[in-house]
Amino acid sequence: MKKLFSLKGGIHPAYDGKALAREEAIQNAPLLAKYLVALQQGIGAPPEVLVAVGDKVKKGQLLAKAGGFVSSPIHAPSSGTVESFTETPGATGAPVRTLVLAADGLDEAVEFRGIADWTTAEPKELLRKIADAGIVGMGGAAFPTHVKLSPPPDKKIDYLLLNGAECEPYLTADARLMEESPERVVTGCRIMGRILGVEKLYIGVENNKPEAIAALRKAAEGTPVEVVGLATRYPQGGEKQLIRVLTGRVVPSGGLPMDAGCVVQNVGSAAAVADAVTQGIPLIERVVTVTGEAIRHPGNWRLRIGTPVLEAVRLAGGVVEEPGKLILGGPMMGFAQKSFGGTVQKNTSGILLLPERMVRQYESHECLRCGKCLSVCPMRLFPSQLATFSESEKYEDCAAGHVMDCIECGACAYTCPAHRPLVQYIRRAKAEIRRKQPKK
Amino acid sequence: MTTFLAAVAVTALIALVLGVVIGVAARIFRVKSDARVELVIELLPGANCGGCGFAGCADFAKALVEGKTTPSRCAVSSQGTVAAIASALGVSAGDGFRQTAVVLCGGDRNQIHNNALYNGVADCVSAALIGGGFKGCEYGCLGMGSCARACPFGAIEIVNNLAIVHAELCVGCGKCVATCPRKLIRLVPAGSKVHVYCSSPRKGAEKRKVCDAGCIGCRKCQKLAPEVFEVAGTLAHVKYDHDHPADPALVEQVGCPTDALLTAEQHLKIEHETPEGRQKK
Repeated sequence: MKKLFSLKGGIHPAYDGKALAREEAIQNAPLLAKYLVALQQGIGAPPEVLVAVGDKVKKGQLLAKAGGFVSSPIHAPSSGTVESFTETPGATGAPVRTLVLAADGLDEAVEFRGIADWTTAEPKELLRKIADAGIVGMGGAAFPTHVKLSPPPDKKIDYLLLNGAECEPYLTADARLMEESPERVVTGCRIMGRILGVEKLYIGVENNKPEAIAALRKAAEGTPVEVVGLATRYPQGGEKQLIRVLTGRVVPSGGLPMDAGCVVQNVGSAAAVADAVTQGIPLIERVVTVTGEAIRHPGNWRLRIGTPVLEAVRLAGGVVEEPGKLILGGPMMGFAQKSFGGTVQKNTSGILLLPERMVRQYESHECLRCGKCLSVCPMRLFPSQLATFSESEKYEDCAAGHVMDCIECGACAYTCPAHRPLVQYIRRAKAEIRRKQPKK
Repeated sequence: MTTFLAAVAVTALIALVLGVVIGVAARIFRVKSDARVELVIELLPGANCGGCGFAGCADFAKALVEGKTTPSRCAVSSQGTVAAIASALGVSAGDGFRQTAVVLCGGDRNQIHNNALYNGVADCVSAALIGGGFKGCEYGCLGMGSCARACPFGAIEIVNNLAIVHAELCVGCGKCVATCPRKLIRLVPAGSKVHVYCSSPRKGAEKRKVCDAGCIGCRKCQKLAPEVFEVAGTLAHVKYDHDHPADPALVEQVGCPTDALLTAEQHLKIEHETPEGRQKK
């Protein structure tokens, strides 16, 4: 049994909402008549669009190629015709350019070609396959996976960690994926291990998913992959938290996981890597938890990238009561939406629809100096003080308090009895500090 | 009695010794300061607004003496002050001219429809970071007063979720311009009275969906006075000219169908008129 290091801080909500969709097996969604493919998904340079209105495309065909090294291509989710270009609200709500694909219902695919034996293939070839498949971090940030797998030569990587913690309340997509296709996750993990030349491969899963742990352990038998059960605690799945708990190492302030000799990937990304390398399938679908008390039949669906959020809600039987808040992602770190106009992107782990009765408008008060935020901050920051500095626009003091190390997990705001919008103040400070930094 | 006198004598002695030390130190460690800088600082208004591009009045005075800038760069000084500084330094006043800020949005709470409930930090910069803000128009004034708080002269007021500029208080320092997350505030020649209060480059129909006061690009103004108004895409703007400000009577003559074209006075008034705002056309 692997020795675990302790996670400082964090929270565990008494009600995590996971029971709504945990027992629901992943279902395939029927083909839709229209897909709205956002042309900027997550971090990185916007990809370069290769198709024009009227073009016929096949499933898996390249729609937009990577616009740089830190960028990821986008593929057609189904076969059909490029109808038009429009704008839809992106993950954060700001409008993004979107391709409207009128699907023909045939779902005709281009020929996918995988690598016959990845265990002997050149790491470079494997890496190219991953980059070409448009795989990104599917946990939330959508950072291109191939970039994380190409550390500079002076950084020695000792550990590859797969993040299966899924510590966000309500979400069960990763749990179902690990339970239903553990072999894909393990294969993806080993492929990435081969690319990095790393011996120590760990998959961290919170203990509230015993079925997933058992399934992964079975699939990992006889491989160097070790499956580790973690305490159920938010934000266990934060990159830096996972590194701390599994390896005892600390990512230096302002540094990246590779500065601690680690690479962290999401389990969904690992499964996508396995598909891309062994079968040549690009990232055109993902598992999404459509859940919330306002949803009639919460569950987990395999949705094509570009599925309109409204269609996903329809798929789950529509609403049972007056919806109050729509969130893409989990309730802690997801983005509240202004409309149903959004689309499923590569990093959309969940579509959460909360009923009006559960959504409250808070009035925030002065800081009580109770110190609760201090005790839950997993990054060992002083959230209330940072927020107070930000409120009075003392951004230098924020920077001195390491505000840039905040992972915006929201544990502080969750626990604040004065309902202070701590994360928002901190995000404001981060934005101001970034704005003042000279452009590289 | 003697104790008392002794105490006085000792204190006086200490004072005398320290006085000599300070006097000597002041001579030896004297910082040579330019008397002209002191003079200019005296003349400057001392608002420390930073509108000149320097870090306050003292820094500006230093730059003036070094010949790095011209007196007219001070937005706050009156023409008399500028002339006084110029003659004191024996330099030309420079070609700067007075500017005033204008918030190019006419969509108050009654004109622009909100599309989300916002429950967070009451500040435009913070609100704009969340999903692009809660106002239906992503180019509309959020009305949470970041510019008003940034203004050192109290020239900006928030009425009905809309920032309005009191031109008589505005000196054109540009602090608000730098603060507004939506870049709605522009510095224009101080004499300008006619403005197109809309900054959205979106199509007319899209604007109409979210706002009753947006410019729909009908070109009515451009047709009447092409030398004053120009329509780029679906957004009209005034061709600001310092020497020939647009005639306020033009607003009446054009008869803008959405009231995006207003005089500065009208913009000040609309929000105050009735709780319901101006009558919708």
